[in-house]
Amino acid sequence: MAPPALDSLPAPLRSLRLKTKQQELLLRVSALALIYVLAFAVRLFSVLRYESMIHEFDPYFNYRTTLFLTENGFSEFWNWFDSESWYPLGRVVGGTLFPGLMVTAALLHRLLRALSLAVHIREVCVLTAPFFAANTTLVAYAFGREIWDSGAGLVAAALIAIVPGYISRSVAGSYDNEGVAIFALLLTFYLFVRAVNTGSLAWALASAFGYFYMVSAWGGYVFIINLIPLYVLVLLVTGRYSQRLYVAYNCMYVLGMLLAMQIRFVGFQHVQSGEHMAAMGVFFLLQVFFFLDWVQYLLNDARLFKSFLRITLTCVITVGALALGIGTASGYISPWTGRFYSLLDPTYAKDHIPIIASVSEHQPTAWSSFMFDFHILLFLFPAGLYFCFKRLSDATIFIVMYGLTSMYFAGVMVRLILVAAPAVCLISAIAASATIKNLTTLIRTKSRSPQTTSGKTTGSKAAAKGAVDQSLPFQHNAAIALLLGAFYLLSRYAIHCTWVTSEAYSSPSIVLAARGHNGGRVIFDDYREAYYWLRQNTPPDAKIMSWWDYGYQITAMGNRTVIVDNNTWNNTHIATVGRAMSSYEDEAYEIMQSLDVNYVLVVFGGVTGYSSDDINKFLWMVRIGGGVFPVIKEPDYLVNGEYRIDKGAAPKMLNCLMYKLCYYRFGELTTEYGKPPGYDRVRGVEIGNKDIKLEYLEEAFTTSNWIVRIYKVKPPKNRS
Amino acid sequence: MLPLSLRTLATRTLLLLVIASAVSCSSLPPEDGIRVVSAEKRIDLTGPIVKVFLTLKVENTPTASEASRVLLAFTPTEVQHLSIVKATRAEGKRKKKAFVPLSIEASELATTAPDAPRLYSVLLSTPLKPGDATTLEVLYMLTHSLEPFPAEISQSESQLVYYRDSAVLLSPYYVLEQVTYIKMPSNRIESFTRVDPTTRAGSEVKYGTYNNQMPNSYLPILVHYENNRPFAVVEELVRKVEISHWGNIQITEQYKLKHGGARHKGVFSRLEYQSRPSVSGASSFKNLLVRLPPRVHSVYYRDEIGNISSSHLRTDSHKSELEIEPRYPLFGGWHCTFTIGYGLPLQDFVFESVDGRRYINLTFGCPLLDTVVDDLTVKVVLPEGSKNPQPVVPFVTEKHLETSYSYLDVVGRTTVVLKKKNVVGEHNVPFQVYYEFNPIFMLAEPLMLISAVLLFFVAFIAYLHMDLSIRKSS
Repeated sequence: MAPPALDSLPAPLRSLRLKTKQQELLLRVSALALIYVLAFAVRLFSVLRYESMIHEFDPYFNYRTTLFLTENGFSEFWNWFDSESWYPLGRVVGGTLFPGLMVTAALLHRLLRALSLAVHIREVCVLTAPFFAANTTLVAYAFGREIWDSGAGLVAAALIAIVPGYISRSVAGSYDNEGVAIFALLLTFYLFVRAVNTGSLAWALASAFGYFYMVSAWGGYVFIINLIPLYVLVLLVTGRYSQRLYVAYNCMYVLGMLLAMQIRFVGFQHVQSGEHMAAMGVFFLLQVFFFLDWVQYLLNDARLFKSFLRITLTCVITVGALALGIGTASGYISPWTGRFYSLLDPTYAKDHIPIIASVSEHQPTAWSSFMFDFHILLFLFPAGLYFCFKRLSDATIFIVMYGLTSMYFAGVMVRLILVAAPAVCLISAIAASATIKNLTTLIRTKSRSPQTTSGKTTGSKAAAKGAVDQSLPFQHNAAIALLLGAFYLLSRYAIHCTWVTSEAYSSPSIVLAARGHNGGRVIFDDYREAYYWLRQNTPPDAKIMSWWDYGYQITAMGNRTVIVDNNTWNNTHIATVGRAMSSYEDEAYEIMQSLDVNYVLVVFGGVTGYSSDDINKFLWMVRIGGGVFPVIKEPDYLVNGEYRIDKGAAPKMLNCLMYKLCYYRFGELTTEYGKPPGYDRVRGVEIGNKDIKLEYLEEAFTTSNWIVRIYKVKPPKNRS
Repeated sequence: MLPLSLRTLATRTLLLLVIASAVSCSSLPPEDGIRVVSAEKRIDLTGPIVKVFLTLKVENTPTASEASRVLLAFTPTEVQHLSIVKATRAEGKRKKKAFVPLSIEASELATTAPDAPRLYSVLLSTPLKPGDATTLEVLYMLTHSLEPFPAEISQSESQLVYYRDSAVLLSPYYVLEQVTYIKMPSNRIESFTRVDPTTRAGSEVKYGTYNNQMPNSYLPILVHYENNRPFAVVEELVRKVEISHWGNIQITEQYKLKHGGARHKGVFSRLEYQSRPSVSGASSFKNLLVRLPPRVHSVYYRDEIGNISSSHLRTDSHKSELEIEPRYPLFGGWHCTFTIGYGLPLQDFVFESVDGRRYINLTFGCPLLDTVVDDLTVKVVLPEGSKNPQPVVPFVTEKHLETSYSYLDVVGRTTVVLKKKNVVGEHNVPFQVYYEFNPIFMLAEPLMLISAVLLFFVAFIAYLHMDLSIRKSS
């Protein structure tokens, strides 16, 4: 492969020349290393542009718990009862979270400390997601090599390093379960496929541990425990049953289940919940299959075996159905949860669980966001499926099933694009790699003498070779043109991904940035202003009432007790807050007194034009409140089905607590030149009630851009 | 209550309140024949810190022996709040007049009774001969001596404070002639105690002239006036100075700031605050000025929850000024904690002394202007491998050593910890820490890293050349 000119070099230098195999290894390792660095570095936009900080909502809870873990140790963490949230109920944090992320970060922190690197736990938390994203590229490489070849592996690693669908959840500071869970998910799948391919107990064991890590990290493990049985079932049906599969699945399932039971939040769900029953069913099915196989071998008589098969199958199905029926009827096996239903039926949440439907990331995905998050992978994906079907094996069947099911889920919920991203990357990588390989082979064979082609063959070149033999006209040029096209597309992909990462996915959402009229960057740091004010200037035992979105941030940054937070485990409690927000002030006061509320926090964007504020979320509060307390009726807040806040708004709307708190004294403020005072810049109207008097609350703090407003609940009046 | 009753009492002689009768003249050392010929006390009440300038003309009686010291008296409350006392003596005549700084020490005399005046002795550089006279200039500062009244104000009110002192000079000596001036920031003076002769001119009140005061005379006065200057109090400040001989000094300062004035009560209205900045929240403050050394670099300003984006740095060749805004304006009683960090070039602050030791020369106090620091801790973290640290501070501080660990430390760094309470801007004077350091230690950490990388490669090479499989592949 080396150019012949090198042969004329003096002997000592020639001995330094690498052999082809070594050259290939060097190239592969350095490409992987570069991809590894790229995957890490591309996620640092937010750190460079803002600072090393935690983003969004849930990561603040994770950060707070990690801090607790590093300060108090694992046993304290495991038994932690948090009285700072869900007042007055509290929350058993140790038993209601997936500890994988926190433990990982704490271990990384301890490791770095042991290497005498004096890093703060916050830096570790901020960089956990990019670090695991970088590790995911390595897994993707190995996975790609397992299902196709090492070229596809490299392409898969490169694609997954920058795919926006994954970056959206793994930028620096996005310290969330998904950050490590995607790594664990892909690792489990890889190890399982490897176990199926080799039939080795060791790989199956490794995959059980991968599954354990996944269970400890994210609730999305349910996907694994349903996909793998489904895959096994498909293999059984298509007649691809083998001893390897038997070993891999049994070992992975039994050990994975036992390990998963160690996680308190999951507990005995593997044997008790409806979502996990498929895996168990497949496990028993596999035993029956094995048993029948054995009987068939013993009997060695087709007719006898057929009747035996009939009897056994009837028995097994009856027993299985009976067990399932009794289990469900007696309540031993819990039915499917609402979240699971809402995945299978996208309209379910909207009708039954408004609290799930109210979250923007649980909305069905729009086409544009598929394009935004996958770009050319969306076109490469079907091509990759084609290649997979052309070379069907146990491994490609797995990736096809993973790709198709996760694509469906991605269509149901925006956030599940994340789960589909690795599969899409792997399948697309197969398409890209196979195409480019074919094209380059074409060009190479053409440029050389026809005799040499027969010597170089790899597995996937049957088609290419056929084409060469026919030697179509302009084939060489067409191949070059196609290759250039492919490179153009891939470079567009890289540009698109960088642009998306930089523009869309790297803002921390806690700090808002806008362009000023002179082109400079204006920063709205109102959230932290308010939270820090709470932290420093309110009594340490003050209880803050706000909509649940801000709960985690208030406890983490404000260090104060909240009534509800983003762990939406108690719908009634949230509905109570929703009811308070949508009642008149005096009714709300009674509710707040009963909850010991000292401060009320609302988010208001009318001055700055920040649109995700509480007035825009208000209808969800009404719906969630009304779902539990029928006193609250949605039509009371609407005028002819229309949501208005101006003069034509419903009287109940104009006088409810949320409206009053958001617009208190707003009527005196001129927000935009040429507009009347009290002009709401989000809704684009002049507000309907400018003369707001507060009787039971008083303004305690408003941030510099009015985004966060905090009110103090006055103590009850003396009885006269 | 006090000013009214005082006003009713007419004669000055009746007002002579000789406090601490236990301190009679007999407790003074017998050789003391000093008396104050004339005294002028100027009290500056314009800021949150009370500054008092005393000009004393003292004279030794011809019959007495040589006097080597002059005593100053303070009430016990004043001593609690006393931050700094400085004295200079005018030497030479007319044009050649020079002020020589004198050292001051707390005198052990007359501290028997709990309310007796505490004495400080000014040590004269050349003893005062019998019959001679000299002029002493004394400056002392009192912190936390302005009591807000009313103690709670709303956003629209301005802040009024009480100041308590004596119209006559508290002194262990006989005072022949004395006058007191009190300077206030504005014309708004609610009330002041009249001890005739008392005159007011604009924002200044003059007490005196009083003649022939007995030792230890004390005439309580009370001034109630408007003071809207920011009462910024740093309750705790930890300054950490890390020296790296690779060329950088990293300073990290952790502040616990409080508005020490009248507490804010009731509503905080952002609308009022934004639209009427002059009337609304007059006593609040929203920015602070930090004076840093020149050539400062990598300045940051953050708190527990992240970076604070509102700060401006101005640098020139003489100084750097950092203007910082806390996340929210500080009203009375509001707290705020933050951290400022910056780097300085090593060659500006670390030098080699003649005996081969190195020393760092830094400013001691708090770089925030016009603030009181209740509790200051300065930690000088010397590079790993430094020996025999020896701090040299021009005033009394609590000192001890500890060990701290940073990146790639094995044995830890020797850290000199200096603690001082009640620190004001006048304490911003240079101090030194001498230590012995062998430059070879600078190479320890790079060598560690290099060997770690080398080991990694060696391990990798070894792994590639070893066959660890049990079954030999054919």
